[in-house]
Amino acid sequence: MVTQADRSGATPTADLAVELHGITKRFVGVVANKNIKLKVRRGTIHAIVGENGAGKSTLMKILYGVQQPDEGTITINGQQVVMKTPTEAIKLGIGMVFQHFMLADNFTVLENVVLGAEKLHGIGDTARNKIRQISHAYGLDVDPDALVAELGVGARQRIEILKVLYRGAKILILDEPTAVLVPQEVTELFRNLEGLKAEGLTVIFISHKLDEVLSVADDITVIRRGTTVAAVDPHTVNARQLAELMVGSALPNPQTEESTVTDRVLLKVRGLTLSGGPGRRPLLDDVNLDIHAGEILGIAGVEGNGQAELVEVIMGMREPTSGTVGLLGRDITGLPVREIRASGVGYIPEDRHRHGLLLESSLWENRMLGHQTERPNVKGWLIDAWAAQADTRRIVQEFDVRTPSIFVSAGSLSGGNQQKLIVGREMSHQPKVLIAAHPTRGVDVGAQSSIWDLIKHARRAGLGVLLISADLEELVGLSDTIRVILRGRLSGTFDPDTVTREELGAAMTGADGSSAPTDQEELA
Amino acid sequence: MKTFDWRRVAISVAAPVLAIAVSLLITTLMLVVAGDPVGDVWRVLLKVPLPRQIVQIINEAAILYLSAVAVAVGFRMNLFNIGVDGQYRVASFAAAVFAGQGFLPGWLNIIVSILIAMVCSALWALIAGLLKVWRGVSEVISTIMLNYIATYLVAYFLKMTAVKVEGSNATNTRNIPADSHVPGISVDWLGTPNKIYGLIVLAIIVGVGYWFVINKTRFGYDLRAAGASETAAVASGVNVKRMLVISMGISGALAGLVGMPLLFGQDFHYGDTVQAGLGFAGLAVALLGRNNPIGMAFAAILWGYLDQLSNGLQIGAGVSDRLVLIIQGIIVLSVVIAYELARRAKLRMDERTVGKETGALKAPETKAVAA
Repeated sequence: MVTQADRSGATPTADLAVELHGITKRFVGVVANKNIKLKVRRGTIHAIVGENGAGKSTLMKILYGVQQPDEGTITINGQQVVMKTPTEAIKLGIGMVFQHFMLADNFTVLENVVLGAEKLHGIGDTARNKIRQISHAYGLDVDPDALVAELGVGARQRIEILKVLYRGAKILILDEPTAVLVPQEVTELFRNLEGLKAEGLTVIFISHKLDEVLSVADDITVIRRGTTVAAVDPHTVNARQLAELMVGSALPNPQTEESTVTDRVLLKVRGLTLSGGPGRRPLLDDVNLDIHAGEILGIAGVEGNGQAELVEVIMGMREPTSGTVGLLGRDITGLPVREIRASGVGYIPEDRHRHGLLLESSLWENRMLGHQTERPNVKGWLIDAWAAQADTRRIVQEFDVRTPSIFVSAGSLSGGNQQKLIVGREMSHQPKVLIAAHPTRGVDVGAQSSIWDLIKHARRAGLGVLLISADLEELVGLSDTIRVILRGRLSGTFDPDTVTREELGAAMTGADGSSAPTDQEELA
Repeated sequence: MKTFDWRRVAISVAAPVLAIAVSLLITTLMLVVAGDPVGDVWRVLLKVPLPRQIVQIINEAAILYLSAVAVAVGFRMNLFNIGVDGQYRVASFAAAVFAGQGFLPGWLNIIVSILIAMVCSALWALIAGLLKVWRGVSEVISTIMLNYIATYLVAYFLKMTAVKVEGSNATNTRNIPADSHVPGISVDWLGTPNKIYGLIVLAIIVGVGYWFVINKTRFGYDLRAAGASETAAVASGVNVKRMLVISMGISGALAGLVGMPLLFGQDFHYGDTVQAGLGFAGLAVALLGRNNPIGMAFAAILWGYLDQLSNGLQIGAGVSDRLVLIIQGIIVLSVVIAYELARRAKLRMDERTVGKETGALKAPETKAVAA
């Protein structure tokens, strides 16, 4: 099924839109890309897959002129080139659609598209017609005069694609384009990509979601640990084989075992409402939920629908407008964060760099963070550095945090190891309830499986978990119960064993009729 | 696992040394361009100080050190207390007025007066702290403004409370009774009758206390966490607003000590000749010393040394003693740059060590975003 690296070797060079040969890029001390070989045929969708940290982003930056390779050659349309800036890449017909949209909300589509490219077709009717023409030709369905603030995520992504086409790109690079989309929007994106392909454009598609890659790509190149390990034909591999290529070993699986749910309620949320300010819809709207001992309650939803606010209110970082949070029968609404954490709520924050770590402090000082009033970190008012360091060594051992020392700064660890440190820290204080927001986001597959194991293990021991995730596979695999959050409201209960992705997707966008799918603009 | 890394220490020490060297170089260039006698200037400035000057340097360093620690407490949580000047002015005046009354005998008078100085100064600083927490007013603006208010308010009250001294136009508060003077520390063995301020002990106590509280206590950890990342501190349960108010109060209380060695060891009254600008010098010393208790001590001595030796510039080299202000300014600028470079070097070193020993890939993406 897999031929090493050179599947398109038979293709004449003239048909290649992009050819990379022996690309190597070193950052201080580490090699981000090593001897990369890539051949992208013109007029195809070419997927580049690899786990987080495998070097995909660096490769894309090289292709887009953001970074220059230390070794190797780049050939675009049969011509060897050196790109020093993105401007040069654009001139060569290469366009990049970033994972995070770069649009000005208070501008119209037209204004956003012409911004920085005013010289091409002006800023008036010529530009407007050009946008209409591109939109029509590729079936993008973009109205040049719509205000971006009023558009949903899918439409915004199409504007980003249009921006790139407007600048004359013939080769499009899409960095994890489906990360922010619900399943229905993904289907639509793929239709658009097919449209681009039909018009003779070349699409390079970066992802780690294998089902999607298999359904849309014509060719797949797999990257592992900074180097291209295989070029495969999507028709001859399945997702599991592809994943094993990506990881280089057998796969983890988020499957839960038999239920351990008890009828003892640990966390009880009633009527939780958080006002979004005068004249705006509430950020949280009458949220009710129970988490039992031994239960993992998964919350699905498109990002920005109140997940972050729900976590912040439960953790005491924001005060709710009304409603209560109860822990083991005790009302903890409005208590200080410190007291809530000390009373047995563990917290894995969504953004570990902003909320979970002091990046420039050492690992052992980070081990204290969030538990700086508890043993072994302190004795009374004094820091017990020796005990905290000893316990950090234990965490590093037990939770397999790969680090040369507990004295290096937390920022120097890879995402997966940072996350394992956080999980280890939270688990070390016997939490009764764990609030886990995107616990495996941006971590490698190895760390992902160990974090899943830890959560499952703790659940067997009677821990209640609130799991917020954008990864449906993770939600379905781990949760005992799934609920969907949309515009601050919680839907009914889904059984992860029987629910389909489409049902969840429909509930996430409101297409299931639970609420009218209007005011998508609020997502922003 | 290593507990001590010499390379890290080397980087920490190299940064200030490099900054000082660069500033000397720039100053030299400047002197050459201006056509001033470069050789003479350095001969005057780099002389071994006389015993008399050594005492002066130590005395000035002690005062600067107090000011620097006051600033550093704020710096540790990203709080810029530019108002040390106004704070010690208010404090010195209040203490001088109280001590001058001689309500209490001897040492008791000194101790209570010092406490009054700390409280008044802390309250003055708290105006800025509370404005920041309640109304979001930048403490940089409010403390600068409060400096002006303090200057004129104190001048106004001074006029009301001043005592007339025969044969002098000076406006002073009543002199502190002789039994409440703090005797100087004699250093005859150095060969000078000049004495070191007795209240230099304040600087030592404050330095040790600062080190202990910041590094060894829960409070210090919370303070450092809030300074390193406000978001992470909030998530970890630190009440950042409360910490802001408390650290502003502590910073202010320490600022109140700045005027004490002079008041009880030399002047014995508060008058219109009181030295201004110690707060700003404290900012520079705290920056150069990296908020580190020992680093700031070295920085304070360097500052005192430059100030003292600059007195000879006019006579010895025919150059204005203001040249030293330029040198000090350049040192501060180079230091800020050098420390940022050192910070990045350390981060890269950590990443390299981690990368080497774990084989894990980590592209510098977070930094690219920050840049």
